Amino acid sequence: MADRLLTFSVFRYNPITPEIPPRMQEYQLEETMGMSLFIALNRLREEMDPSLMFDFVCRAAICGSCAMLINGRPGLACKTLTQDMPDRITVMPLPVFKLVGDLSVDTGVWFRHLNVRTEAWIHTDKVFNPKSIEARMDNPTAQAIYDAERCIECGCCIGACATANMRADFMGAAFLNRIARFMIDPRDERPTAKYFDVVGTDEGVFGCIGLMACDDLCPMEIPLQGQLAFVRRKMAQMALKCKKSA
Amino acid sequence: MNWSDAHISDVLVIGAGLAGERVAIEAAMNGHRVTILSLVPPRRSHSTAAQGGMQAALGNVAMGYGDNPDIHFEDTVKGSDWGCDQEVARLFCELAPVAVRQLSHWGVPWSRVVPGKRTLPDGVDIEDLQEKAGLIAQRQFGGTAKWRTCFASDGTGHVLQYAMDSVVIKLGVAVHDRCEAISLIHNGDTCFGAVTMDLRTGEIRPYLAKATVIATGGYGRMYGVSTNAVINEGTGMAIALDTGVVPLGNMEAVQFHPTGIVPAAILVTEGCRGDGGILLDKNLHRFMPDYEPVKKEIASRDVVSRWMLHHIRQGFGVDSPYGPHLWLDIRHLGPGHICTNLREVHTICQNFLGIDCVEALIPVRPTQHYSMGGVRTNKHGEAYGLKALFAAGEAACWDLHGFNRLGGNSLAETIVAGMAVGERVADFAGEQSLIFPFSLVEEAMAAQAQRLADLRSRKNGAEDVFVLRRRMEETLLNNVGIFRTGADLQEAVTTLQGLYERAQHLRLRSSGLGPNPELLAALRLPGMLRLALCISFGALQRTESRGSHYREDYPRRDDDHWLKRTLAYWKPGDPMPDLQHEPVNITELPPGSRGYGEMPIEAGD
Ligand SMILES: Cc1cc2nc3c(=O)[nH]c(=O)nc-3n(C[C@H](O)[C@H](O)[C@H](O)COP(=O)(O)OP(=O)(O)OC[C@H]3O[C@@H](n4cnc5c(N)ncnc54)[C@H](O)[C@@H]3O)c2cc1C
Ligand code: SF4
Ligand code: SF4
Ligand code: FES
Repeated sequence: MADRLLTFSVFRYNPITPEIPPRMQEYQLEETMGMSLFIALNRLREEMDPSLMFDFVCRAAICGSCAMLINGRPGLACKTLTQDMPDRITVMPLPVFKLVGDLSVDTGVWFRHLNVRTEAWIHTDKVFNPKSIEARMDNPTAQAIYDAERCIECGCCIGACATANMRADFMGAAFLNRIARFMIDPRDERPTAKYFDVVGTDEGVFGCIGLMACDDLCPMEIPLQGQLAFVRRKMAQMALKCKKSA
Repeated sequence: MNWSDAHISDVLVIGAGLAGERVAIEAAMNGHRVTILSLVPPRRSHSTAAQGGMQAALGNVAMGYGDNPDIHFEDTVKGSDWGCDQEVARLFCELAPVAVRQLSHWGVPWSRVVPGKRTLPDGVDIEDLQEKAGLIAQRQFGGTAKWRTCFASDGTGHVLQYAMDSVVIKLGVAVHDRCEAISLIHNGDTCFGAVTMDLRTGEIRPYLAKATVIATGGYGRMYGVSTNAVINEGTGMAIALDTGVVPLGNMEAVQFHPTGIVPAAILVTEGCRGDGGILLDKNLHRFMPDYEPVKKEIASRDVVSRWMLHHIRQGFGVDSPYGPHLWLDIRHLGPGHICTNLREVHTICQNFLGIDCVEALIPVRPTQHYSMGGVRTNKHGEAYGLKALFAAGEAACWDLHGFNRLGGNSLAETIVAGMAVGERVADFAGEQSLIFPFSLVEEAMAAQAQRLADLRSRKNGAEDVFVLRRRMEETLLNNVGIFRTGADLQEAVTTLQGLYERAQHLRLRSSGLGPNPELLAALRLPGMLRLALCISFGALQRTESRGSHYREDYPRRDDDHWLKRTLAYWKPGDPMPDLQHEPVNITELPPGSRGYGEMPIEAGD
């Protein structure tokens, strides 16, 4: 593998200097063994251009910070190895999210906003009693909740989604999955009708056009297709019920 | 400065990891207006990276029956090599079960007890009883007498942080992410808040509050190779030290985790060994029982790391282009177990090593992991030296961990300290009225504005920030590691002093405009070097071995002289820290044998 000279074409734009228009800048680096985009981009910054902005935190594919368009596909840069890439690697910021600068986008604000909008917390009237032992739960239920909870809010499924790219208020696969997570949690006492108000809309599950770009791209391999189908089924049942009683 | 820029709240929490968010929740539930600052969105904090679990004496599983806070206490004190504050450890052990259960109430999908008989990898038969079905499950971690570590499959930190943040959102607590505290505002007696830099615009702004809490996590990235996230640069500790009046406690106590993968230095959890994984050398020989016949691979981390490195030095390491390593073998746990409770490990091996750990051995080496030291506080989390300043979590030296933290005790600490310190913060803010000496705030802002202007003017000096930083990382890695000697430590101190001097003359290569990464690195470096000097100088002074601090030239614990905590102060303008010492609070368990790590490692090994 050794001795490959890689060309990186990197999107550059700094909102602090709006007079300099967005552009693609090229850098060349010699490939090293086991090189990831985390290693490569940091070398570009330290050795060639210390103003280059990008986001890494865990560098282990668990925190969701480093999603970007890598040769056109959304993915986590930290777990993308150059050995799996051609000699020419183009990196662009994720679409949909607000640009902070260069490859850095503001996923945090977007996700917080949707967590507020979907009230993504346990709704219960029970009061915690520090003196009593925990309420029981069977392990398969805990496991099913965990499987949905594994989402790391990286935004790959949002960046890849045709609907999210067209309409700013679409909640995307990440939040349909999040809703599914609360629907199966016995601790959450929200009735289905309450969820319906949140996701039974065009901003929610009925806005999805079902092309499943999200499912292919989720780095956590969350079965988004299944989760979307689950929410859609629940909401369709609810819609039917409402019609009947109307 | 423009006063309309000032952001005012009752409580300012610097850090949105588990500790910071738990403090914030406590204060918000008590009716205070709380603002949380974070470098990154809360859910990207380093806490989310914890895989293994959180200790609490619930006694829910077969191998944990009969567990109680007394046993947890004893494990913690022995783990700390008698370096911890026993009053804090007692309070912690009593509260940990409440913390775990409250998290369940808030939505954490803890793994649950499935009753039935099974055989453990070492051949022992156990039975989980029907009456415990559906309670929170627990696994084994190192240095514990009982199975006590509560977990959610392979992603405990992630689910804890998500549940915690969901409560923060529900309570409507303000979170300002991409916002870095770059200095504290204080008058030598009281803290009034912090000067911050907006990491979206590069502008500075004062945040004022009745109470300020430092919950900024560890500094792992000062070491060239670390399991820590890249944002763990110790800035929170550094700004506390910069006040000149707040000391850092036991900075020489640095934990190395036995199983960082080679070469990426990403952690694979202690759960691997807790669940039955073993360590092998180049001859595929299981060597830990030779050194630790009783605890084997699950002695405390300091002990296992030391034996691993010793074994490598004896020539039993596996050669690789990245230096020698050992093997972690979990194959015998089977795909069923590996792909559920250790799935994260499986994924990491796939992504970063290109191997399938169901069938292949994992290359591992002890790697910098955790900081026992930090902002020294009393048992209520009040920082020494400044009123209205508090600290919690890894950034603090509360001192639950002494010279070695047990696996699973850190997540538990963040949350238990969050509860206890949060309560104190809430009380304090309730008694206090909001007052600010205007000129003080203006001076603090002006000082930071000047630093930025100097760096952005690019007139002074010629030093490159990345070059100096690499030298610091290498120095700590090579000279202040697992095995330490007076000569190596002295060399580290001398090198770091030189780097610190040079760091006063940084010159940016780029414009430094906006949230420029080079500018940020240049702002952080001097503070990081001060921390590095506290670590190295503290280690040089401590002429004994205790927990993770192992001096080859002083290989024994010396309770007569060193049953005490190092306090590092940094007087403004000084070139070196001023080290003082205080006694360790021993209330229940007098110093004795840990029950592992007893066999001496001969000097020169
Ligand atoms: C890979 C790994 C696995 C681990 N696994 C376990 C485990 O299984 N069990 C266990 O008990 N422990 C484990 N630990 C240790 C444990 O995860 C950490 O010690 C703990 O999560 C620290 O929490 P914290 O809230 O103190 O800090 P962090 O979670 O690190 O949060 C720090 C916060 O402070 C913010 N911040 C930092 N500096 C500033 C600044 N200057 N201004 C503003 N904000 C700032 C950051 O943005 C972040 O939000 C593990 C650690 C690692 C590295
Ligand atoms: S399936 Fe739906 S949510 Fe997924 S990418 Fe397509 S439109 Fe978006
Ligand atoms: S669902 Fe998957 S792709 Fe979408 S944000 Fe979550 S982890 Fe990322
Ligand atoms: S840096 Fe955390 S997912 Fe890539």
